Amino acid sequence: MSLLLRLRAVVALALLASVFSWLSPAFLTQGNLVMLAKHVALNAILALGMTFVILSGGIDLSVGSVAGLAGMTAGWLLHDGLVLRPLGVVVWFSAPSVIVIGLLVGVTVGALNGLLVVRTRVAPFIATLGTLYVARGAALLLSGGATFPNLVGRADLGNTGFTVLGAGVLLRLPAPIWMMAALGLAAWFVAGRTAFGRRVYAVGNNEHAAGLVGIRVARIKLAVYTISGFCAALTGLVIAAQLQAAHPATGETFELSAIAAVVLGGTSLSGGRGTVVGTLVGAFVIGVLNDGLVLLGVSEFWQIVIKGVVIVAAVIVDQLGARSTTGTAPRRQR
Amino acid sequence: MLRAEGVGKVYGGTVALDGVDFDVERGRVAVLIGENGAGKTTLMHLLAGVEQPTSGRLLLDGREVRFASPREAAEAGIAIIHQELSLFPDLSVAENVFAGREPLRLGLVTDRARAERETSAVLERLEQAVDPRARCGALPLGQQQIVEIARALVGEARVLIMDEPTSALSPAEVGTLFRLIRELRARGTAVVYVSHRLEELMEIGDHLTVLRDGRRVAAAETRDASVGWIVEQMIGRSVPSERPHPSAPAQETLLEVSGLSLRPRAGRALLEDVSLDVAAGELVGLYGLMGAGRTELVECVAGARSASSGTVRLRGEPIERLALPARVARGVFLVPEDRQGAALFPSLSVAHNMTLASLRAHRRFLALSSAAERETVARMAGELAIAPASPELAVSALSGGNQQKVVIARALLTRPRLLLLDEPTRGIDVGAKAELRALVRRLAQGGVGIVYVSSDLEEVTAVADRVVVLSNGRVTGRFAAAEASHAALVAAAARGHGRSPGRDAA
Repeated sequence: MSLLLRLRAVVALALLASVFSWLSPAFLTQGNLVMLAKHVALNAILALGMTFVILSGGIDLSVGSVAGLAGMTAGWLLHDGLVLRPLGVVVWFSAPSVIVIGLLVGVTVGALNGLLVVRTRVAPFIATLGTLYVARGAALLLSGGATFPNLVGRADLGNTGFTVLGAGVLLRLPAPIWMMAALGLAAWFVAGRTAFGRRVYAVGNNEHAAGLVGIRVARIKLAVYTISGFCAALTGLVIAAQLQAAHPATGETFELSAIAAVVLGGTSLSGGRGTVVGTLVGAFVIGVLNDGLVLLGVSEFWQIVIKGVVIVAAVIVDQLGARSTTGTAPRRQR
Repeated sequence: MLRAEGVGKVYGGTVALDGVDFDVERGRVAVLIGENGAGKTTLMHLLAGVEQPTSGRLLLDGREVRFASPREAAEAGIAIIHQELSLFPDLSVAENVFAGREPLRLGLVTDRARAERETSAVLERLEQAVDPRARCGALPLGQQQIVEIARALVGEARVLIMDEPTSALSPAEVGTLFRLIRELRARGTAVVYVSHRLEELMEIGDHLTVLRDGRRVAAAETRDASVGWIVEQMIGRSVPSERPHPSAPAQETLLEVSGLSLRPRAGRALLEDVSLDVAAGELVGLYGLMGAGRTELVECVAGARSASSGTVRLRGEPIERLALPARVARGVFLVPEDRQGAALFPSLSVAHNMTLASLRAHRRFLALSSAAERETVARMAGELAIAPASPELAVSALSGGNQQKVVIARALLTRPRLLLLDEPTRGIDVGAKAELRALVRRLAQGGVGIVYVSSDLEEVTAVADRVVVLSNGRVTGRFAAAEASHAALVAAAARGHGRSPGRDAA
């Protein structure tokens, strides 16, 4: 029974998958599964970063906007180049350096989130809600609201190759799936096997006590928001590469899907409890649900309703499980 | 008027109160005395309906009553002033005073004007210039306590229970409160008064009841009692002063605290010019009443709080400017008083709780080695006789004593030079207490300097090489183990608490 409870997300995933494959023969085809995984990858990468933030007891609402901003930064550098007007020069960057700059943008915004939370003690919900708007505004400002099209690059400028990020294929699997796998493995290792990961759990469990055992709580928080910023930027770059265009509205409401994946994976929103594997499973539950409902021809509007119901139902089940395993000992508050 | 007959209260397996009789009479002040943990607060809570007795019964005007909640008790005319402030910091003074029983206009809308008017009236009786519209959280601690008192007064209670109402009041405010209590008494209100300050009790009480270990051990009219007699009753049988440990040989000085003060922006100073030396291998007991500044002192030494002034040296090196992690690295480790709130990580396993402060020692290259962690946990579980069914178990599933052992194991794994133990045996059973004390003695013999905070007289005299007593943030006594009689400690701990500042000289 306890094993079943621990694997409830996996059970839910298997159940959903078998229902859909029974209802629609197209579900279990290789093509569909690869496409499903490719879609899941984007949400999963965001959710992996989000997992660290939530484990530490915080939340990052800015990830969707950061994804948009990173994509737009890449689009701007590939499409317009860096115009240095006083010198009358336009600097063009190679695709790898554009990717690095895009990631740096995400890391910077993430670090900024962390600093806001640590230094000003603004609640993470508010701090990252602020950066959600600021980053989205910055993305719109980069182009004046327009889309940067045709990010394939030009051979004469030496900036081709960006689209590999979205369209590259290795061993018949597209690049985003490889990224999800690599990041998932890294996140699993960091969260479960390293001192840093253990400290993240500790901070989420009892921040005050974590400080008293000598954990530098501020550094841990700074790190988790930075990780989340990195993941968000990567997602934005992959989307821009897939579309071969950067649109300033990319990533809107992505933060909600990412949080949903984390929560579906059994991570407690109050911090300190949860797993990386759970998050990946959660992302797949959402992906399978999306994909399956489309295959079944369920109306788009009903899809949204069903998603909401599944998320709340999953969390209710999760809380029942937590109550039965840890008991409900009242905790003294100071 | 209000009478408790053989009331008892059992929490889990611990007996907090055991068949106590207690009488509150009209127009009299009944005083309750006892050491920390003697059951005073529990008895108050039973009388006021905060908790329900597990045995015995309550009689009000001769009729048996049962209060399922403080509200029912309040409706019967019993009001309580809690020891720990229970105000809503973001509400106004008037809103706090009338919280839960707001005067209504047309039975619907809160009558704020009336609430503020009546609050003003009560505050005037208390001779306090507090604005009823002020936000409670913004008031200094003493005034917050006044608000707490005002809350109990507006209801025109027939029985007024005061649990340490003066802990944050200035002598002048205490004087006003006493005047008010006498006035209430003259009008027939029955008052139950609990305090640690013996001088105060002698001044205001009519009848006193002494509790010890959850039992009523003595009762007398105040005019027939003396401070000496009360102390004797509180402590009970004279404790054998046999000391199982030899006095520690003089060793190098480990910790030197001098001139340490802690003054919050508002309110009284929490620590005032405190000095404390601890040698390596020495076990120094820190005794005092609640609010004396013991916790603040060890927190300042550990780096969990920064003192306003003063120096802290560890083996000669000034550490008062270092952050807590840097002090941990130098071998200073605090085991905090509030185990649940400040030491335990409830959803982490026993093993992960234990190794959290020494992760570096359990690392192989980048990763933590679960083999190394398992080995450590097995070793510590053996050494400290921790009985977890499995190290994978969530720590919240252990008993209080075993949880505390896990916390202490965590401290030991950092290889501390100086261990600060704040009430390490609070809330754990007798057997585990004895084990913990023996363990602490062994550590000291191994060369660790230990500061042992306790409000348990027997414990502090049994375990420590030396006892330092704090009262109102000042050191009011230093005793070698041989001189640390219970009476001397109690007297030192009560010093500076009376309303006669002339006797305060420490």
